[in-house]
Amino acid sequence: MSRLQVVSGKGGTGKTTVAAALALALATEGKRALLVEVEGRQGIAQLFETQALPYEERKIAVAPGGGEVYALAIDPELALLDYLQMFYKLGGAGRALKKLGAIDFATTIAPGLRDVLLTGKACEAVRRKDKRGRFAYDYVVMDAPPTGRITRFLNVNDEVAGLAKIGPIHNQAQAVMRVLKSPETAVHLVTLLEEMPVQETADGLAELRAARLPVGRTIVNMVRPAILDEADLELAREAPRTAVAKSLSAAGLGGARRGGVAERLVEPLLTQADEYAERYALEREQRTVLQGLGLPLHELPLLAEGMDLAGLYELAKELRQQGIS
Amino acid sequence: MSQDPARANDSARGRGPARASEAARTTGTAGSVDTARAIDTASSAVLGVDALIDDPGTRIVVCCGSGGVGKTTTAAALGLRAAERGRKVVVLTIDPARRLAQSMGIDALDNTPRRVKGIDDSASGELHAMMLDMKRTFDEIVEAHADRERAATILNNPFYQSLSAGFAGTQEYMAMEKLGQLRARDEWDLIVVDTPPSRSALDFLDAPKRLGSFLDGKLIRLLTAPAKLGGRAGMKFLNVGMSMMTGTLGKLLGGQLLKDVQTFVAAMDTTFGGFRTRADATYKLLQAPGTAFLVVAAPERDALREAAYFVERLAAEEMPLAGLVLNRVHGSGATQLSAERALAAAENLAEARIVDQVGGKAGLRNSPDTYGSSEPPATETAVPEAPSSDAGSPAADRTSADGAGTDDDRGTADPSAEADDDRSTEGRTVEQLTAGLLRLHAERMQLLSREQRTRDRFAALHPEVAVAEVAALPGDVHDLAGLRHIGDRLAADSSPTAAS
Ligand SMILES: Nc1ncnc2c1ncn2[C@@H]1O[C@H](COP(=O)(O)OP(=O)(O)OP(=O)(O)O)[C@@H](O)[C@H]1O
Ligand SMILES: Nc1ncnc2c1ncn2[C@@H]1O[C@H](COP(=O)(O)OP(=O)(O)O)[C@@H](O)[C@H]1O
Ligand SMILES: [Mg+2]
Ligand SMILES: [Mg+2]
Repeated sequence: MSRLQVVSGKGGTGKTTVAAALALALATEGKRALLVEVEGRQGIAQLFETQALPYEERKIAVAPGGGEVYALAIDPELALLDYLQMFYKLGGAGRALKKLGAIDFATTIAPGLRDVLLTGKACEAVRRKDKRGRFAYDYVVMDAPPTGRITRFLNVNDEVAGLAKIGPIHNQAQAVMRVLKSPETAVHLVTLLEEMPVQETADGLAELRAARLPVGRTIVNMVRPAILDEADLELAREAPRTAVAKSLSAAGLGGARRGGVAERLVEPLLTQADEYAERYALEREQRTVLQGLGLPLHELPLLAEGMDLAGLYELAKELRQQGIS
Repeated sequence: MSQDPARANDSARGRGPARASEAARTTGTAGSVDTARAIDTASSAVLGVDALIDDPGTRIVVCCGSGGVGKTTTAAALGLRAAERGRKVVVLTIDPARRLAQSMGIDALDNTPRRVKGIDDSASGELHAMMLDMKRTFDEIVEAHADRERAATILNNPFYQSLSAGFAGTQEYMAMEKLGQLRARDEWDLIVVDTPPSRSALDFLDAPKRLGSFLDGKLIRLLTAPAKLGGRAGMKFLNVGMSMMTGTLGKLLGGQLLKDVQTFVAAMDTTFGGFRTRADATYKLLQAPGTAFLVVAAPERDALREAAYFVERLAAEEMPLAGLVLNRVHGSGATQLSAERALAAAENLAEARIVDQVGGKAGLRNSPDTYGSSEPPATETAVPEAPSSDAGSPAADRTSADGAGTDDDRGTADPSAEADDDRSTEGRTVEQLTAGLLRLHAERMQLLSREQRTRDRFAALHPEVAVAEVAALPGDVHDLAGLRHIGDRLAADSSPTAAS
């Protein structure tokens, strides 16, 4: 089981949600997981209904069985200042640099620099040990940038290649790549059973593989419940409407005769079954594409009541039952 | 209620086998589009899309919204509709789904509009479409503003290359730039613009200026041209900071990158006249008369929150909002049956089935004969028999549809399996099916009421915003027929018949 779990996927498919559920799922039996976000959006705080996270590891949830989830919103500017402080002993000048906007400037003109700071911080947490020599965190789960950017984001070595050839940033990139390209890391892709997210998953996966980054699992999110199966759908195509009308009537929904209350339900209910059938077929098509990608496939249900903390624990339980942790 | 007898008896509705074919998919689709009208848009005004696109004064329509809500689809559907209503239209798409792009003949990044084939041009309109290539657009600006030698220097500059290939905000900047170019050519009656995928709709308005300000910013100038500061006494303090900064940044980034940035800014400056100025100019275009914004959103909390921000922002900028396109709305033809009652009825059927099974063989499906013999005894509710002699009765209807359909629809089912009813449907009974239909309906009604709540919240905040609803189609929208349907839906609310 890789200790750094990176969660990517098309925008809006549920990266943040799945990353959080995964952290909860991994933090079982007294284990400790760190959930990190890198895009400065405070998505974790929103999800856990807490105040904005500082650039500091904080306990935000307790998992069933006594495990703990910590969270960290990595701020690239502060991370850069940390590094400058550590390697160049800038003292108060660091703050002046920030004030002048130089830090922002540097991370903007060199996005590779920002990425290596973000991944570097996550990798540091992966390797960190406590005084007794045990890992500080059993797992680090990253709510990562979307599929379109994930390979560049993780492939920091290439990205900073054009920057200073020596010095701490260069060393940092090397250290990061050692973790990211090892079995210590697994990159998961979140998707929906729709054409565009599935296409993006296939494309993203190809890029990750070409860059020799370790891919993990495909997680299909927001899967709608299967209410009718093949047999139902077949019967829906063939069953006489009068039979359905009588059945509705028998269920207490009014008269089955033409124009009766139950009879008037038949048409719209069968229309809904038609729509369901069409969606069912499309979803099956997309599922087949996903199965062809050669990654373990997991599915998380669409929570009908919307997301809240209870829902998050539900998704975590689901992940655990599917053997993801 | 959209349940009119004409439709109920329409055997082309698609329960028959023909549905499997492309043509009939469309029919099924139309059915769901109709049903979406079942729940009214509570208090909002109705957006008249046709009036907007028919008005010769409308020259630009911008489709905005957060990611994945259907901006590209809406933009393409509007463009098609306007063209088929006689206007000469160009649609600037940013990131169309692959199949949609292919169906419009723009399957590669390509910066020149292509004429779309297969549209109805009886009103002598034209549809052109293009997919934005941001790098190419940027290159073209450089080429247009610099002599050949200087252009080559800029194009080969490593900083320029990373800037044009995907700097934060470049896509938005280039979309605006392209819009400005298309407008300047004055070749089209109407330009429909899709906006880049981003989590915030506001990015389309803000990103170009942000990028422009950054590139024209003081810091980039100070850092890249410290020599200019020479004699100015007041800059003494800054200079101390400067040398510290260039020193530190040089160590971090390497001297080369800073040098590249410097060369790039210097080369652009003399030819281009400033990024910020340019961004401002296109921004003005968005405020000009003739421009209209459509905010696209799904009836979900996050998307509508974004839409509300955007609506407020447009008002603050005095940019004209035509209305909100509420995309992927669900409907039902049976809203009179609540989720609770549907579930309770499904329960009833499940119980009845248990009783039934104890009593003997469960009812079977399929031919009217089988059905007749396995019909469960009438329960408390009296169920009058449908007049079977009536040729127009559902039963008669059904029989004929079945007869016509057996061949293609059930092509795979072999006759011997057919005979074994128990096995081919795993003993599925009409009661079980009906219970399933009821549970499906309950799910739909729950979804409807969630969507309704979210929409009500938006309508309460912004009652002034006109709304057009587009039904959630069961499948993706990936061809002209699909776009036409979306277009019909967009316009449907404003037609007089929609008042029902
Ligand atoms: N299984 C689920 N059931 C119901 N709602 C869900 C589920 N998963 C995610 N959501 C909802 O979908 C929306 C998008 O989820 P989330 O923010 O996790 O996506 P994301 O991929 O991180 O988005 P972004 O690309 O903007 O970062 C949220 O409103 C979230 O609550
Ligand atoms: N009303 C609709 N019914 C069904 N599918 C839709 C509808 N509108 C959009 N889609 C589908 O949703 C996906 C995303 O739409 P798209 O227009 O590309 O969104 P955006 O441009 O806002 O990111 C596409 O696959 C499209 O076919
Ligand atoms: Mg997120
Ligand atoms: Mg789009």
